[in-house]
Amino acid sequence: MTRGRAVSRRRTLTIVLAATVLAACGPDKAAPNESLASEVENRHVNVLYWQAVSTMNPYLSGGTKDVEAASLVIEPLANYDDKGEMVPVLAAEIPTRENGGVADDMTSITWTLKRDVVWADGTPFTARDVVFTGEYCLHEEIGCSADASFTDVQILEALDDHRVRLTFSVAKPVPYGPFVGAITPIIQYEQFKDCTGIRAPECTAENFGPVGTGPFKVDEFRANDVISFSANELFRESGKPWMKTVTLKGGGDAASSARAVLETGEYDYAWNLQVEPEILDQMATAGKGEVVMAFGTNVERLVVNQTNADAGFGPERRSLLLEGTNPHPFLADPVVRRALSLAIDRRLLVEAGYGPSGRVTCNIVPAPPSYASTANERCRKPDADEANRILDEAGWIPGADGVRSKGGIRLSILYQTSTNSVRQGTQALVKQMWQQIGVETELRNIDGGVFFGSDPASPDTFQKFYADVQMYTSNFQGADPEFYMAAWVCEEAPDPGNQWLGTNVARGCSAEFDGLAERLAATPYGDERFEIAKRMNDIVVQNHFLIPLVWRASTSARSMSLKGVRMNPWDSELWNIEDWHR
Amino acid sequence: MIRYITRRLVFAVPTLIAISFTIFALLDLAPSDPTGQLPLTIPPEVRAQIRESLGLDEPFPVRYAKWMRQFFVNEPLNLIERAFDVEIGDSDSRTRVISYATRSPVVDIIAERIPQTLWVIGLSYVVGILIALPIGIVSAYRQYSWFDQVGTFVSMVGFSVPTFFTGLLAIILFSVMLEWLPSIYDTTHRVTDLGSFWVQIKQIFMPVMVLAFYNAAQLARFMRSSVLDNLGLDYVRTARAKGMRERTVLFVHVLRNSMIPVVTMIALGVPAIFGGAIITEQIFRVNGLGQLLIVAIQGADIPMVQTLTFLFAVLIVGFNLVADVLYGILDPRIRYD
Repeated sequence: MTRGRAVSRRRTLTIVLAATVLAACGPDKAAPNESLASEVENRHVNVLYWQAVSTMNPYLSGGTKDVEAASLVIEPLANYDDKGEMVPVLAAEIPTRENGGVADDMTSITWTLKRDVVWADGTPFTARDVVFTGEYCLHEEIGCSADASFTDVQILEALDDHRVRLTFSVAKPVPYGPFVGAITPIIQYEQFKDCTGIRAPECTAENFGPVGTGPFKVDEFRANDVISFSANELFRESGKPWMKTVTLKGGGDAASSARAVLETGEYDYAWNLQVEPEILDQMATAGKGEVVMAFGTNVERLVVNQTNADAGFGPERRSLLLEGTNPHPFLADPVVRRALSLAIDRRLLVEAGYGPSGRVTCNIVPAPPSYASTANERCRKPDADEANRILDEAGWIPGADGVRSKGGIRLSILYQTSTNSVRQGTQALVKQMWQQIGVETELRNIDGGVFFGSDPASPDTFQKFYADVQMYTSNFQGADPEFYMAAWVCEEAPDPGNQWLGTNVARGCSAEFDGLAERLAATPYGDERFEIAKRMNDIVVQNHFLIPLVWRASTSARSMSLKGVRMNPWDSELWNIEDWHR
Repeated sequence: MIRYITRRLVFAVPTLIAISFTIFALLDLAPSDPTGQLPLTIPPEVRAQIRESLGLDEPFPVRYAKWMRQFFVNEPLNLIERAFDVEIGDSDSRTRVISYATRSPVVDIIAERIPQTLWVIGLSYVVGILIALPIGIVSAYRQYSWFDQVGTFVSMVGFSVPTFFTGLLAIILFSVMLEWLPSIYDTTHRVTDLGSFWVQIKQIFMPVMVLAFYNAAQLARFMRSSVLDNLGLDYVRTARAKGMRERTVLFVHVLRNSMIPVVTMIALGVPAIFGGAIITEQIFRVNGLGQLLIVAIQGADIPMVQTLTFLFAVLIVGFNLVADVLYGILDPRIRYD
């Protein structure tokens, strides 16, 4: 940026002088020079991430901001486009069973690499780099954040300079975990060979300035502040990137990022703007930029605790499944759960908190279309009368204060979520909706760093779940929900045995679901797979272990002059930055 | 004097050790997790591995001892090595204080941030003092004049309106409506010629003035009351009776005496410069030490928070001493020996 500006200043001065001289000679000759000056400014793009980037090595961080910044420089073999389809990047093609890339028994995948790809330092990109990247992440001491992508990888081998084979310990119907998507890009063997295992964090220069094959290279990296990039002249697609330099600035908050693009026009692109819709609308009236959004798989949901979270219990019992012997006093009753879902007017929640960046959803897996169930659409219309009726029928009778109870158990819910103004607004609305069906709600919010942290000593994490209902957003990586849904099998309920790291946070159990999860893991891509996944979605949703509320879009903003932005909810938002132009 | 300073420095050592322990214990007890900000798509087992690789599974005393060693032995040695280009002992295997978030040495990042903070926050402090002192003196000398009334009003507003409000107001006025000044500070900007100097002035103007306004408000009130106290004293009447010019009375006799409490205020405020005016840095994206601290706290980057807060503690202890020494210089009646 500095260099760009300094150059342009000096150039402007030269141009002014030249123009004066030329103007004396003839009126028309100044024009081409002037366009050159604005060209430098024109081919520079300012990107704003309100969470500042900490490192350019996504394997050591895993934070979305770091993964996306690194995606300008280092690339995977394939990534997902804006429709969620896989497209080859460093690979020549996507391996499938049809083209022989995936073995018939689904235990291995062979990637063929593009030929003539070179790293930004001019050395050739080969299969050795790919194998090294896998070994780098699989090293035991590194604490690799993309480790889950390499699940079940047994052997990584280079068959020749341009072919890599991965062998899995089990049959993988969808073997596109490693090296697909921005979280597992290829790093250069030459650069990182001495940075493996415990030495990984010591390689500051390497982690801050990786050599890549991508459209840009790092000129200067300032941790948690700003990164300057310039075009990689050796990028494999000639004529790209259109932009010559990029500045990626961090810091501040979402609302002021939106302002810098939409109102002051200082920046060209701002990332992740969860800001109240009316504020964004008002900023957009300035006409300098527009909000861009795309719907991926983010769903804001309520998680309904199936175990007893009574504050009177000690840690040996509170919110523990204990093989089903510790059920929740009233949320274990399917009628109550159904009534809670029936009472919620999701359209109102969307309007109040999300605007166009949210949609009503009745599914926990809302996309891609082939995986989205159509069996739950009734939830779109709230029905408090029906909720009241079924509660009456089940014997939950309103008391003098209007709160229903049965056998001395009152329908009184502790509802927690992370601290965030949109979430607190949603909480207040849901509380009112539940009041109408005789359910009392106590609201609580916890700092996001604590709530989503997993300090086993903290009672306030979402995994401990010392509450009756909690709310947050989750999604899945890539375009296949197998791993995402496998997290909700019965045995994954958090408890001290797994250091509270279990992923079935609702602690709901369904034998049918567990069986389907096993089948899904062995069923190849196709209609049968889709049907199994949809059925799993239906079980979770119809049992109301998870109550989906809002399908949330990834929301960013671009300036009107910036063209070529294709918002991508499946991969890095900056996935096609080489095509950005004005 | 030297003996006094030495004694104070020696006493500072146990104080600082106690502070470092308190900070470390507080951070350790706080329910935070460096993997808490990662996307939920990263499964819990992987998070556990990440925490293990950060050394978080070691017991508290071990981690504290490690940090002490890294901070008090390894980092100074490293500084000496770099400054004099020598090698002391086995410098390759000496571990430095490493940030959880960036996985790079904490001290290097802090060093990278100091210029921004000193420029913006330091300048605002200087500007604040330059505004505050004359206003304070004139307000006191012309007590209850219209200047004093206006000064009092402005000080009260400046003192009671927080910087996150004035900052936002300034951005909306000068960046959004008038489009005169940038709302985002460019930390990579280098001044090379007149044009780039002008750019620097433009981008530094709002954060500096917002903070200067806030600092000046407090100092001006302090200066005013201090001058007022002195104006009524006997020595002022004596000086006037001796036929001294009003200017000499005010600027030599009164000013020097009334500076004593103000100098304390100014000296004790210096550590706050390094602390960065956290909110102001955040609003204008002047990514200095304050922003570094906030990001580290949010991300549970304990080595970073620990090192920064400890450095601030050192500065506070240090500038307390500086204030005391300045006292002795300004007021000959105060003797430390």
